[in-house]
This record gives sequence, structure tokens and C-alpha cells, in this order.
Amino acid sequence: MTEPLAKPKKKNPVQRTRLATLPPGPRSRAALGLTRAAAEGVFELQVCADCNAVQYPPREVCGSCLSERLDWKPVDNHGELIATTTLRHSNDLYFRERLPWRVGTVKMNAGPSVVAHVHEDCSEPGEGDVRVRLALKLDRSGQAVLHALPEKDTPNMNDSPQLRESTCDPEFRRVLVTDGKSAVGMGVAKAMLEAGASTVFLCDSSTWKTVPAFDALVASDERIQAVELDVTDTDSVDRLAASIGGKVDILVNTAAHMRDGGIVGRKDINLARDAMEVNVLGLMRLAQAFGPGMSFRAADGTNNAVAWVNVLSIHAFAALPERGAWSASIAAALSASQTLRAELRGAGVRVMNVFPGPIDEEWEQLTPPPKLAPSAVAKAIVKGLQEGLEDVYVGDIAEELRARLRENRKAVERELGDSVGN
Amino acid sequence: MSLTLPPRPRLGYDGVVAAVPVTIPYVRYSTHSAHWWLGRALAELIRGAGLAKSDVDGVCVSSFTLGPDTAVGLMQHLGMSPRWLDHIPMGGASGVVALRRAARAVQAGDAEIVACIAGDTNHVDSFRNTVSQFSRFAQDAVYPYGAGGPNASFALLTDHYMHQYGATREDFGKLCVAQRDNALKNPHALMKKPLTLAQYLEARPITDPIHLFDCVMPCAGAEGYLVMTEERARALKLPMVRIRSTIERHNAFPEDPIQFRGGWAMDRDALYEHAGVAPADVDFVETYDDYPVINMLQFEDLGFCAKGEGPTFVREHRFTIDGSFPFNTSGGQLSVGQAGAAGGYLGLVQALRQLTGRAGDTQVQGARIGLVSGFGMINYDRGLCSGAAVLERGDVR
Amino acid sequence: MTNPIPNPILSQFLAELLSGRLKLVDLTQTLTPEFPIIQLPPEFGQPWPFRIEEISRYDERGPAWYWNNFSMSEHTGTHFDAPIHWVSGKDLPDNAVDSLPIEHCIAAACVIDVSQEAAANPDFLLTIEHVKAWEDKHGSIPERSWVLLRTDWSKRTTPKEYLNMAADGAHSPGPDAEVVPWLIRERKVHGFGTESIGTDAGQAHHLNPPYPCHYYMHGNSRYGLQCLTNLDQLPAQGAVIFAAPLKIRNGSGSPLRVLALTPAQ
Repeated sequence: MTEPLAKPKKKNPVQRTRLATLPPGPRSRAALGLTRAAAEGVFELQVCADCNAVQYPPREVCGSCLSERLDWKPVDNHGELIATTTLRHSNDLYFRERLPWRVGTVKMNAGPSVVAHVHEDCSEPGEGDVRVRLALKLDRSGQAVLHALPEKDTPNMNDSPQLRESTCDPEFRRVLVTDGKSAVGMGVAKAMLEAGASTVFLCDSSTWKTVPAFDALVASDERIQAVELDVTDTDSVDRLAASIGGKVDILVNTAAHMRDGGIVGRKDINLARDAMEVNVLGLMRLAQAFGPGMSFRAADGTNNAVAWVNVLSIHAFAALPERGAWSASIAAALSASQTLRAELRGAGVRVMNVFPGPIDEEWEQLTPPPKLAPSAVAKAIVKGLQEGLEDVYVGDIAEELRARLRENRKAVERELGDSVGN
Repeated sequence: MSLTLPPRPRLGYDGVVAAVPVTIPYVRYSTHSAHWWLGRALAELIRGAGLAKSDVDGVCVSSFTLGPDTAVGLMQHLGMSPRWLDHIPMGGASGVVALRRAARAVQAGDAEIVACIAGDTNHVDSFRNTVSQFSRFAQDAVYPYGAGGPNASFALLTDHYMHQYGATREDFGKLCVAQRDNALKNPHALMKKPLTLAQYLEARPITDPIHLFDCVMPCAGAEGYLVMTEERARALKLPMVRIRSTIERHNAFPEDPIQFRGGWAMDRDALYEHAGVAPADVDFVETYDDYPVINMLQFEDLGFCAKGEGPTFVREHRFTIDGSFPFNTSGGQLSVGQAGAAGGYLGLVQALRQLTGRAGDTQVQGARIGLVSGFGMINYDRGLCSGAAVLERGDVR
Repeated sequence: MTNPIPNPILSQFLAELLSGRLKLVDLTQTLTPEFPIIQLPPEFGQPWPFRIEEISRYDERGPAWYWNNFSMSEHTGTHFDAPIHWVSGKDLPDNAVDSLPIEHCIAAACVIDVSQEAAANPDFLLTIEHVKAWEDKHGSIPERSWVLLRTDWSKRTTPKEYLNMAADGAHSPGPDAEVVPWLIRERKVHGFGTESIGTDAGQAHHLNPPYPCHYYMHGNSRYGLQCLTNLDQLPAQGAVIFAAPLKIRNGSGSPLRVLALTPAQ
């Protein structure tokens, strides 16, 4: 059984920090279908539309009937572990530093045999229950890999070092929440503490404003440290990074600016600029201030820097014209996050984007339900980190809008525009 | 719907022979490129046969490290103008497959003399580069899992085989020890020290259950032989080897969840029937031995024992040159070294030596019929190419 | 070449300044991103705080020079309010920072010290009675004088203390609704200046009219100065203020450097 994770000791300040290495990242384009599925936390393989054969490794044409109609579909992720090996040697720097490493062959119920990372709680073939479930997860290179897990959860299974290489579990990690006075920010802080975070740096961008819930939260748990941060102020961001940048293992950017208002009808671009200042330039300021330090610490022991979370909106993909300037800023933030993802991938720091539907907070007062409780968004963030996701869609509205976009982007454009166009 | 026509009889290899086995002595690391090794092999073939360079009108090449060149670029590099050229990227099956291709070309008159050469260099980082870019499936679905390379893949097959059929490390060790014994008689072998079973068992683990002496040592080297008509071989006064039969198969048994058999199991009956010999008639066997478990698969799949009886077969025989089952008489790759694609020629070239009486201290006395088998290309989770050839001394008819 | 005959007043002024008999006092807060700005209900348009981004600092972005871009509103930091700032002054002539008569940039100042009252009561409102009591002590307010309200508010260094927000809004001192028109009518003052974030009190939206200092001063072509500091270094009477806003076309106000000339004590 997996040993529960021990609280990491204080870092030896005169020991050289281990630099980040990455597992092998090159993949064929078809194999990036696995990466897409892993990024969202679904288990999908190619299935032949003509003969239903499940394909693995990913192919261009069906290995059974040569059809080119290979669709990515959810398939049964269960199977039997039929062979294992424990590597005690590797030619790859990343694995050399993490030996021994267990891999195995799983015969899937769905058909193919797959090579997978094997969880330490899986029994050896011939020595116990060989049934396993497979999960597609991103490794530190940001590419999908298969993990064979015990069929049923085992105690502390998420603490297994091999599995932790594919996840960004907050347990014993230090989390920076960039706006701690928002409902979502406070929810994230609470959820992180529940998930075992060792410290939550809770940012206060308006020290002049008394928010009793914030004060109560800060007083409620000694793991919370209130710090000042205004993401529109480069100096403030730099100051905080200089102070605690070396201790941030997970950064959750909850700083947000949302106001109603379209584009044509407004007399000025001040609101748009305010939104851009927070939602886009704030993200960039944080990236410039915290990105290098997190990259440097991406392999720094148990509590290494692992993840950067952007709380965006499903409207990053489709503008809501009633909030035209805000929509533009969120779309720009999504774009910036993609660059950030590319830039942090070299160190293995994951950028997780969160796309909620409407959240039940002051600026969504007139939005009809269903609306997400801020705590639900926070829980989705923690779960996404625990599972190691890259894209998290939160709530029914987000999922529905996503489905509608897949069906007909143009229709969504018209539909979302109806409320201001008529 | 498939067309139902009566099976066609296969032609024999009458009138075609192999000759002039050459080995360019292996080294652990080389600063030369693959072109050097292949060029040296070709030069040795020409010198050994007493030919002019222009007499060689067919060339068959195998190499992992020739890139970005192919056989075509190599021809300009070597100043050759062959009228028949082939490039066989089949790793451990390359030797047998090259023989098949060349023999048919000569038999059909498309070429008169085909030089079959395989060679690779080995720089300090060659092996890592080869493994990390070996194939698309390996890149997508194996290498990211620990980057163990072939060690890890064969560890899985070995693990499964041991569970399934009760093979023990001692069984594998017996084969490795016997091959080392043979290698000590082969001046080309890189391994020069004796190996005991105790040393084998105590070796450090590499990837369970594979330990150090289950692994081949990557090195640089080249191998080659000529294929020509029997008539020309006689004219050149070259000792020759006849080809009784050959087989090849690729991606056999794709439905097997893990590899416990190779393509030989599909084709061995056809092989022996075509060759007109039975397993019992074979005087020595040269298998592709990248890992000892693959030897056991070949004993079974080539009909020396039933599936699953490999361990018992190993316990019942001695595999040294003078043993009850002379086997991998050069020492095999496990003790000679694995010179890339040349490793796929090792068994065939050694068999040609045995059957032309040039095997020196490794000579199996009275060897008349030899069986060579090849196995190559662990593209994803299993070796895909298999081949075998039944060869016969050329001076016995 | 002959020296032009210097103007005796200017040359004496310079001589007094250089000798230290005249003292310059800087009434300006340093512009920093942290310096608070007025907080309006969030659904309203908001002034930009001071923000600064380095353009280059002797580096690859500019090898031999250091400079910054900055942004802020017309009403950020120590700043000047022109009549056009308020709806009551919107139609007055020469009511913007670019058009106001430049001689208005220099005026005398009376400093009314209510720092003790403000310390005791952050909602302290200046009344006519207070002013009259001050005049009894220091003489009457001369025509065309700034009236500067010393509250020591500038000594509140954190935004929280400075803005002094509660659930019912900001709490900071200012004039009441009667004293402002009285100062204009009876004393013909030049404008009104404070150390806090506005010329009006924090709770001035509850006065009648709301924000009386803005309403009356700007409705009568008078000016405002806010976020001043160092008022404790000025005499009650006798200082001269140099306060020239940036020349922004149709600007409603501007950040500026406010300098006071006072006799050395």
C-alpha cells in the first residue's frame, strides 16, 4: 500500500536546487488525441466507425479494416495487468532521477494491449487481483500517458510518487491565490486547505476595504498568510514575487474584472481597459514575476512548483455581447494562457485553465440560474489539480455552451448576440 | 470474400549460393560513421572473393545509423553503380531477409553478384538516439514509459513468459553461460572473460527480471556475405552454402495480448517441408538472441520443443559448440556484442562460416545443415519481423 | 555684452530664497502605485491609479537610458480640480486646466488647523464658526486666498487609514454646506485645499447639496487642491502657493507639484 506522503522538510538552503527535466515529449499528431483527452480528464481512444475496433497506439487508419474513419470516443478503461517490470536503469535523464519506475502491459477489456505506468498498489501478475483501471494523464512533458491504477481506490493512492508526477495535488504544497477577497478566491483558499495545502498566500488587492469574510478566513487557519497584491500594479506584483516567489508551488489567478457593457454603446474604453488591466495584463505581470521562479523550482522535491491556474470563463470561447469588453479580455487571457503554457511546459509546470459558466456572485446578479456556487468552482479547481488536468469546464452552462460550439459556432454567435442585437 | 485458388508450390533456391562470410571486427565505440563500416564490409567481400568492384552488380544494405542517407546515398559514397539495390530496415531479421531477396534476384537474373552488408557505428550517444526515435508507435506509446528502450519491452515479455511457462533465471542463465563459453573461442567477440552461472545470477538488475547479463552490449561493427550463382562460385573457387529454404513473417499473431510466440510458429511447417529436412536433422542453430527469452521462443516456435517447453528443453541440453544442441556458436550477440543491424547478420554469417568450414575454434564438427533465425523490430510492444533459413554445406552434393 | 538690468523684485525674491529667508515647502505627495484613489461605487467609471512601467533601464531595451511610462487619471495623487470638473461649473468661461488664467496658479494661502478636531472625529466638518474663530486669532482671510484645511490626514500612511472606509463609506473631514458659499461670497477665496482624498468630507454625499465644496467652489470658478501634505509646515497666514496644473486640453484637473513659499520661521 502507498505510504502516506510525509510533510516535506524545510529546504536545505545550501543544496543545489534540482533542475527540471522532462520525460520524452515527442508524439505523432494522432497521439495528441490522447493528450487532448488527458487534458480534459476523459478516457478516450480511437474507435473505428466502420468496424468498431478500438485502436492503440493511435493510428491514421484502422488496424483492422483500414477505414480512415477513426473517432475519439470514450471506451472501457478496465483491463488486466499481464506483465510488469521495474526499471532500475533508464537512458533518459528524467527517469534516471526517479528510479525505480514501474511499468507494465495491460490487456484492455476493449481490446488492445497497452504499455502503462503501473501504480505501486497494483498486484503483480500471478500474485493477486490483476484487474486494473487505466487513466489517461498528462506527464511533466505535458503529453498524455496511461496510468494503470488499482481497480478500486486504495488508501493514499494519490501519494504514490509515480502518480504524483502526473498530478498537481495541493497536498503539502504552497498556494498563491491572487485575489483572496473575491468569493471564488476565498472558496479556493478553503478548498486548498481542505486538500492539505501547507500554506495559502491569500492576496488582498484592496487593503483599504474591510471584507469581514476575508478577515474571518485569514483568522480561521494559521496556514493562511494574507499578503498584498494588486495585479494592475507591476511594482506590487514584483514585490510579492521577490518576497514569496520562491515558495509558490501552485498559483491560482482568481483576479478578475467583470462589468456589464457592450462595445458600440459605451462612450469610452475605460471599462475595457480596466478589464484588460486585470484579466490580461495582470496575468502577464504575474507570469513575468512568478513564472521564472516557478520554472526554476519545477523539480524541487515533494513540494515542487507544479501548476498555474487561470480562472477564465466559458465565454473565452464565445463572446457575450452584453459584456463585450469583458468577453474580449477573457478571450485575450485565454490566448495569453496558451503562450504561458508553451513557455512553462519546458519546465513541466502545468497551466490549467478553468472555464466556469456563470458564478453566483455580485456581478452576475441578473443572470438567471443555474449559477455556480463559488465553492463549486473552487472544488473543481482542486479536483482538476488532483487529477492533473489542463482544461476544466465547470458546470452545466459551460458544458452546454461547449457542446453548442462544437455543433455550430456560428449559431452560438447569433444566439449570444440576440439579447443586444434586437 | 477471398479468391480460392490452389496453393502455389514455392520455387527452390536451386543454383543460388551464399559465400564469403565477412566480419569487420567490432568495437564498443567508434568515431567512424556507418558508411565506414559498410564500406569496409564491401571491400572485404570484394577482396575475399577476388572480384573487381564493378563485378558486384547488386547491393543489399541494412543499417540503423546510416541516416540521413539510405542505400542510395551509400552507393554514391562508395562509388558503386549496381543494377539492383535494396535497403532492408528489419533489424534482427535483416540477415535472413537479405538472403531471400538477393537469392531471388540472382535466380531471376536481375543481378549476378549481390553483396549483402549490414553495419552500424556506435557513438557514445548513438544507442540513446536510436532508441528514442526508433518508431512512431515506440515514440508514442513505449518510450515515454520510463524510456527503458528494448530492455523494458523485453522485460515485460520475459516477465510474462516466466509467469506463464515457469522459466527461471537459471534457465536463461544457462543459455548465457553457454554462449559466453562459445564466445571465448571467437576472436571477434567483445566479451573475453568467462561467465559463471553465479555471476549471471548475482548481476545487477536492469529492469526486472532483466539483469545485466541478459542484455546485449551495443557496439560498432559490420557483417557481410555474397550471393551468386553456384556456377560463378565454382568459377571463383569459393566455398559455398546452399539455401534449402527460407521464411519471413511480419506482425504475426497481432491478437496475442503479449508476445509469447513469433512468426516462425506460423511458417515453420512450410519451412521444413520446403527444405526437406526436419528439426532433428539440424546440426546447429543460430538464433537472434537480443535477450535469452527470445531464444526460448525460437526453440519452441521452430519446432525443437512444444510451446511452453522451452525451459525444460534448456534444462535437457547443453548449448556449447560441443554440446547436445550446438547453439549460437559465435557467442551470439549476448557475448559478441550487438552492432546494430549487423547483429541481424551475425547468426547468418556465422552459419556460413560453419558450413564453409571457416569457423575456426567455433567449428561444429561435421556440420552439414544449419538453421538460422532472425527476429527484429520491436516497433511497439513486440518484435514484428521473424525469419529463418535452412542452409546446407555446398560441397556435399 | 551687457547684462540686462534685473528686475529688483525678482532679484530680491531670488536672493531671499537662496539665503534661506524664504523657504520652499513641497505640499505634494509622491506618486506611487499604492497611493489611494477615490473609491466610487464600483458600477461607476473609475479613475486610474498611478501606474508605472519601465521602458528601459540601461539594458537591452535601451542601453544608455532609463525611463518609464506612467498612467493615471486627472484626479490621482496630489491634484488640482478645475471648475469644469463639476457639473455646476461646466458652462463657465475658462473653466478647464488649459484655459484658466495662468496668474491663478499663484495665490496666498490661509491654513486652518483642525488636526485635533479631525483626530477626535474623522467626520469633522468645518463651519463658519470655526473660520470666524480662526480669523479672530490670525486675522481675516484675504481676498483671492487658498483656504487649506490642515487635518494631518496626510500622516495616515496606509490606504486603509487614509480612505478610512466603513460599511457606510469613507470617513474623512471637510467643510460643511454653509461655510463654502460663505467663503466664496464673504471672503472671495481662491479655492479650497485638503490633505484628504477630496475637498469634500468622506460623508459629503449626505450633505445638502451633496459635495458642497465641489458644487459651490467650481460653480463659482474656484479651484480645489487635494491630497496635500506638509500643511503643518505652513504658517496660518503668509504663505504663497504655486500650483500650476498640466495643460491638458479641456482637462478637468491634473496631478501637479504644489509648492509653497513661506518666510523662514
